[in-house]
Amino acid sequence: MNHLDKLENRSVHILREAYANFRNLCMLWSIGKDSTVLLWLARKAFFGHVPFPLIHIDTHYKIPEMVEYRDRLALEWKLDMIYGENREALDKKQTYPDGNATRIECCKKLKTEALVNTLSGKWPRYRLNHEKGIYEIDSNTEPFTGVIVGVRADEEGSRSKERYFSPRDKNSDWDIGDQPPEFWGQYKTDFAPNTHIRIHPLLDWTELDIWEYIKREKIPTVSLYYNKGDGKRYRSLGCWPCTFPVESDARNVDEIIAELKTGKFSNIAERSGRAQDKEDGGGLEELRRGGYM
Amino acid sequence: MEHPINKRDLVNKTDMNIVIVGHVDHGKSTVIGRLLADTDSLPLGKLEQVKETCRRNSKPFEYAFLLDALKDEQSQGITIDAARCFFQTEQRNYIIIDAPGHIEFLKNMITGAARAEAALLVIDASEGVRENSKRHGYMLSMLGIKQICVLVNKMDLVNYNERPFRKIEREYRRFLRKIDLEAAGFIPVSAAEGENITNHSEKMQWYKGKNVLEMLDSFKKEELPEDKPFRMPVQDVYKFTKNNDQRRIIAGTIESGRLSVGDEVVFYPSGKRTKVKTIEAFNSEMPKTLSAGWACGFTVTEQIYVKRGEIACLAEEPKPKVTGRVLVNLFWLGKKPFVKDKTYILKLGTARVGVQLESINSVLDASSLDRVKKDYIERYEVAECILSMDRHIAFDLMTDNAATSRFVIVDEYEISGGGIIMQDLEDHTSWVRDKVLMRNYKWIGSDISAETRAAKYNQKAALVLVTGEKGSPRKEIARTLEKQLFDDGRLVYYLGIGSLLYGVDADIVSGDIVPFNRKEHIRRLTEVSHIMLEAGMILIVSAIELNQEDLDVIYTGIPPERILTVWVGKGDNTDLPAAIKLSGSEDIESSVEIIKELMTKQGILSYNGNSRGF
Repeated sequence: MNHLDKLENRSVHILREAYANFRNLCMLWSIGKDSTVLLWLARKAFFGHVPFPLIHIDTHYKIPEMVEYRDRLALEWKLDMIYGENREALDKKQTYPDGNATRIECCKKLKTEALVNTLSGKWPRYRLNHEKGIYEIDSNTEPFTGVIVGVRADEEGSRSKERYFSPRDKNSDWDIGDQPPEFWGQYKTDFAPNTHIRIHPLLDWTELDIWEYIKREKIPTVSLYYNKGDGKRYRSLGCWPCTFPVESDARNVDEIIAELKTGKFSNIAERSGRAQDKEDGGGLEELRRGGYM
Repeated sequence: MEHPINKRDLVNKTDMNIVIVGHVDHGKSTVIGRLLADTDSLPLGKLEQVKETCRRNSKPFEYAFLLDALKDEQSQGITIDAARCFFQTEQRNYIIIDAPGHIEFLKNMITGAARAEAALLVIDASEGVRENSKRHGYMLSMLGIKQICVLVNKMDLVNYNERPFRKIEREYRRFLRKIDLEAAGFIPVSAAEGENITNHSEKMQWYKGKNVLEMLDSFKKEELPEDKPFRMPVQDVYKFTKNNDQRRIIAGTIESGRLSVGDEVVFYPSGKRTKVKTIEAFNSEMPKTLSAGWACGFTVTEQIYVKRGEIACLAEEPKPKVTGRVLVNLFWLGKKPFVKDKTYILKLGTARVGVQLESINSVLDASSLDRVKKDYIERYEVAECILSMDRHIAFDLMTDNAATSRFVIVDEYEISGGGIIMQDLEDHTSWVRDKVLMRNYKWIGSDISAETRAAKYNQKAALVLVTGEKGSPRKEIARTLEKQLFDDGRLVYYLGIGSLLYGVDADIVSGDIVPFNRKEHIRRLTEVSHIMLEAGMILIVSAIELNQEDLDVIYTGIPPERILTVWVGKGDNTDLPAAIKLSGSEDIESSVEIIKELMTKQGILSYNGNSRGF
């Protein structure tokens, strides 16, 4: 087994454990490269099927190409696609682009609150109707008790502390000082009512692993990751008002891998183009404690 | 100028996970900070940035600060979790897991150490061997980590003298020997001053051995157990009929050995047997063979009922053990002690079963290794004890196959202990289980699968046990249920347990019914029921006052999820965990209605191709 095989097989094992243990399971799909690799791993684990819904939190400030790509793959791969949003904050324009919130406040409203309430089923969920090709309000409002998320330990400080199966309390809070032990391939799959478990199959992957795997498996990715001639590309994707591209000549997967291997970015955080991180003291921890991915 | 690379070189090198453990404040984080700095593995400017922060706060710079990525850590000044960082030597890429030394965080230390292939154990030269130096050593041994190097740190505080180093070496070697561990070496270091970490110290010329980096490079990459017997705990059986996929795939990760198309596989504890038809894959060619480490999925030639929790093995290789009673070594992490007369959950591979602490041979203080006799196990203690499970499971002994000998214990939602099975012991159903295993192994299968039958009859085969006190209307209920189900078009049969006595039981009944072998009588009832269930039938059996022991025998021969138990009688004078309890004073029709309702709810009265029950 080579390095990528090991990572792939461990992640597949974790996905299958999640499916076997959680009746109300879903996977968060941010449309970025990591969660798209995660989606691909689910198709591996279940032999071409994805036997749980994919959740996308639509802030309505995503770069438009991301949503087009989402719906294209959802239809092509027959995915059970659901999106959620913070309708109230959007209607009342309580956002950073509207000038009524800081970046962090905006993140909390449009992402964290929307996520927490979509998972709990308190706010409407919009589910893709494959026959009509449109999203409809989902009648199922049962809370999800297992949530698969594509975070990686090497992304930033707080994520390196995660477990593969990481509990969140009834307020979606993460008690970083008191996490369950995890050894011998046994995970926390028992949980008290009103709490849920976040499942992290990609914890051991690095940015380079992700791109190597995208190349090996020929996984389709959003073109925003590539330089289209202006010497710029996105290294991490988010909302357009708060996400900035990096200087790069890389036009395709091979060139991105070559670029990462030069060590060009080794002293620049992958999420350095994400402005909200800086406002949170660089750790994202404040946001993540409240339920942010 | 070339940039230093703090990530891994994927192309040319292998990876190794190492964990750094030891007593609190003995310098684990400093060792890591030094390793990162001296192998040029820090992001550019990081070292200068941390030094600058220290200067501004009038705080002396320490290498340990490099690791303080988290606000929590900075405020408390201790590593609370096993954080990961990367560095590389010319030989390989290392992933360091920094495990906390504080006892409160032992579960975090275990989490970190369990992911490692080798360990550096740090002991403060001036403080000497402390409680957690030993406890961590013991945990490494329990977790199965064999490659250990001891760093005697802070040698600068003892003027780089050899004597304190040798004293610690002697003392700790003696300790390791007692727990069957042999350290690869003892290295005198000063992480703060950078002595013997990546260089050969000028100040300790009396030490001729390897420095830390050389020691790491001398560790061997752990091989996956491909040469052991094949073991694959079944994670699930998939049938995704959506999009017209007819494959029925048995999925799991191979813990040891290898599996090839055409192999004869046996599942334990059921003992059921079939052959591998295909090994499935997505987005790649279907492999002909797979070995340890692969997340696998295969289809079989003869459809048998297998479920999560069984272990797939090969017919021609040594069998695993199957029982519900075991002698184990375990460590306890729970806030509440591990006590008798309480049911916990044991998880081994993918099996999950209720478990009780039957007896304790000895409790060990993991730092002093003193044995004490007590009847409960407290947090951070290690014990040799006997566990008794609600149901038998399949496993191996530690000495045969480590991966399938390890289990965890869950107490109120939390993983609260871990252990290793040292010996399989007889339990009260061993005598019947051996027969059932042989029956399943030798079973001559039909060409019609259980699923095909279920689809045809639109029902799932099930055993409805109607039992209760003498004088209760259990027979009337059972017969009325049969009549109603029959009228609904079901394939159903009513069997009174007394009907077995003079035919099937002829050889164990001598004239009068008493005395006779009740256990054997129940075993034969189970075997007859098993045949009827194989035929796809719903079998309703009435029997007087079945008890827990009888039910254990029946569960051994028929999967518990195929059985629905109904108790009819006044009061609660039964230990039977019945799904339905009726007082017997209800009218028969409404009793039957209650049973039918539960049968519907459990999916017995319908068949849905997507069901996980097959």
